[in-house]
Amino acid sequence: MSETAIQAAAETPPASPMRGYWRSVFARLGRDPITLCFAVVVLAIVLAALAAPLIAPFDPYQQSIIGRLKPPGWRGHPLGTDELGRDLLSRLLYGGRISLLMGLAPVLIATLIGGTLGMIGGFAGRLANTAIMRTMDVFYAFPSVLLAVAISGAMGGGIGNGILSLSLVFTPAMCRIAETASAQVKHLDYIEAARASGASAARILRHHVLGNVLGPVLIYASSLVSVSILLASGLSFLGLGVQPPEPDWGLMLSTLRQSLYVDPLGCALPGIAIFTTSVCFNLLSDGVRRAMDVRA
Amino acid sequence: MDGGQDRGPPLLEVADLTVRFVGHEARVQALAGVSFSLRAGEVLCLLGESGSGKSVTLRALMQLLPPGRTEVAGQVRLAGQDVLALRGRALQAFRGGSVAMVFQEPMSALDPVYTIGQHLIEAIRQHRGGSRAAARARAIGLLELVKIPAAARRIDAYPHELSGGLRQRAMIALALSCTPRLLLADEPTTALDATVQIQVLILLRRLQQEFGMGTLFVTHDLAVAAEIADRVAVMYAGRIVEEGPVAAVLRAPAHPYTAALLASTVHDQAPDQDIPTIPGSPPDLGALPPGCSFAPRCALVRDACRIGPPPATHPAPGRMVRCLRSADVLATPLASLATGDYR
Repeated sequence: MSETAIQAAAETPPASPMRGYWRSVFARLGRDPITLCFAVVVLAIVLAALAAPLIAPFDPYQQSIIGRLKPPGWRGHPLGTDELGRDLLSRLLYGGRISLLMGLAPVLIATLIGGTLGMIGGFAGRLANTAIMRTMDVFYAFPSVLLAVAISGAMGGGIGNGILSLSLVFTPAMCRIAETASAQVKHLDYIEAARASGASAARILRHHVLGNVLGPVLIYASSLVSVSILLASGLSFLGLGVQPPEPDWGLMLSTLRQSLYVDPLGCALPGIAIFTTSVCFNLLSDGVRRAMDVRA
Repeated sequence: MDGGQDRGPPLLEVADLTVRFVGHEARVQALAGVSFSLRAGEVLCLLGESGSGKSVTLRALMQLLPPGRTEVAGQVRLAGQDVLALRGRALQAFRGGSVAMVFQEPMSALDPVYTIGQHLIEAIRQHRGGSRAAARARAIGLLELVKIPAAARRIDAYPHELSGGLRQRAMIALALSCTPRLLLADEPTTALDATVQIQVLILLRRLQQEFGMGTLFVTHDLAVAAEIADRVAVMYAGRIVEEGPVAAVLRAPAHPYTAALLASTVHDQAPDQDIPTIPGSPPDLGALPPGCSFAPRCALVRDACRIGPPPATHPAPGRMVRCLRSADVLATPLASLATGDYR
């Protein structure tokens, strides 16, 4: 009788279409003009970096002995030239590609590896937790910049090694965040309820732990993007990340620094680019997190 | 225990269930040999105060207690199946499939990042398979069955968007999603308003009869037990001290603890009178007295009570009590029990 009651009720067609999670997220984003502004800026930066070969007015490697450190507008260079007479705008556009890559790739790698390990450690507890977290503590023992410098120094400069060393720097912190969050979630009623309804450990981890750990992890990851851009710039500045003549914001800052008194604007531009990118990334991620939070 | 009535074999048989929590310093005896049985379509209320072992019993039945820190012994059989021996996939199919649980606090027992529908669809598809659309249709059917208005719209609501009563109804729908044979309810109405509480109780009772589910209902509220139970089992310090048909036990208790519980309810008391209380506090489960665990607080205690745990006796068909002085308790009218005046 009860079974037929459920079925009979199931016959009735649904009254309203499913609202859809992402549609409600975008609707909430639409009501947040400030976040939308940051989104536009971030989008512009990313698009400009992607489209650099198409929109750059000059070859970023083309040097000119006579055209060094020229002000904006000199012979068609919109932002002037750098200390080797290369077009600054073109180098900024190309440099954005490398800086964004160096900002996003290590965070992505660290989030995937550290987040997964931390979730497993926090949820499983005991031996798995000890093994994972004590290993992470070993990495924690080194100051992050020193660790990045040491790894890059030992393995040589270059973009690949820079990404690798920054990933290693971020993984323990990511792991710690995910571990703490899942250890908290683990003892909540709905995890027990999920187990009581027959969900396997893997399923609980995938659905209920991940869903609730994702929030703090993503917040932290988004704040790391700007740190990563800065650290990568720092590595390049020290000569351990991107190697000249590759254009990179950090590297440009490093080389233009010597011309501070001659061409303050040109010197400031890469710094402004780093600053704008990291601030916009941070504030955009804050806004997106607010819009994605269904727990209100 | 179940004297006389034989309407087929019991659905659930629990024999000598013992649970110990093992810590670094202390071992706590949470359940000390709990035995009862439950037929299909019957509601057994586990009554008792905090720490008496009601919730532990439910969790032990589902193997939800943390394995490293608890020792579970005894026999649990559901329709002949040895529950405590279940492992892996068989255990997952058993949880939610054969047995479902309704939790006390629906806000925290529902995952805040998923909609009600996602909860239901996940459970339905795991135990019954089928397409997402079919599971969704069934989920709407379930929500209508538990009398959630505008179910087709509410299915996409997140837990925090529903009121407490609706959340608990959704929780009940979730428990019923795979038509379990046994329903475990852990104080499902405690977190609700009094008016909502009675609605949910009536709903639970109706669904339980409709589905023919055996139901173990944990509560500390005698009024709730009187409303929903067929039989009650009164627990104290990890033991069932009295068990029997609800009307008989609540009208004429045979154990001093049950009598004292009844005497200390707020109902039917003169407004200017202090409510009788039970002196003392429940025993430390890490160091239970050797005899009857209620002896330190009992007005009727004798030296014999302190020697060993009192054996189960059957003062009437279908009733069980563990008390050496049950005859005296039974002989005393309830009114004078309130004052602790036995003779």
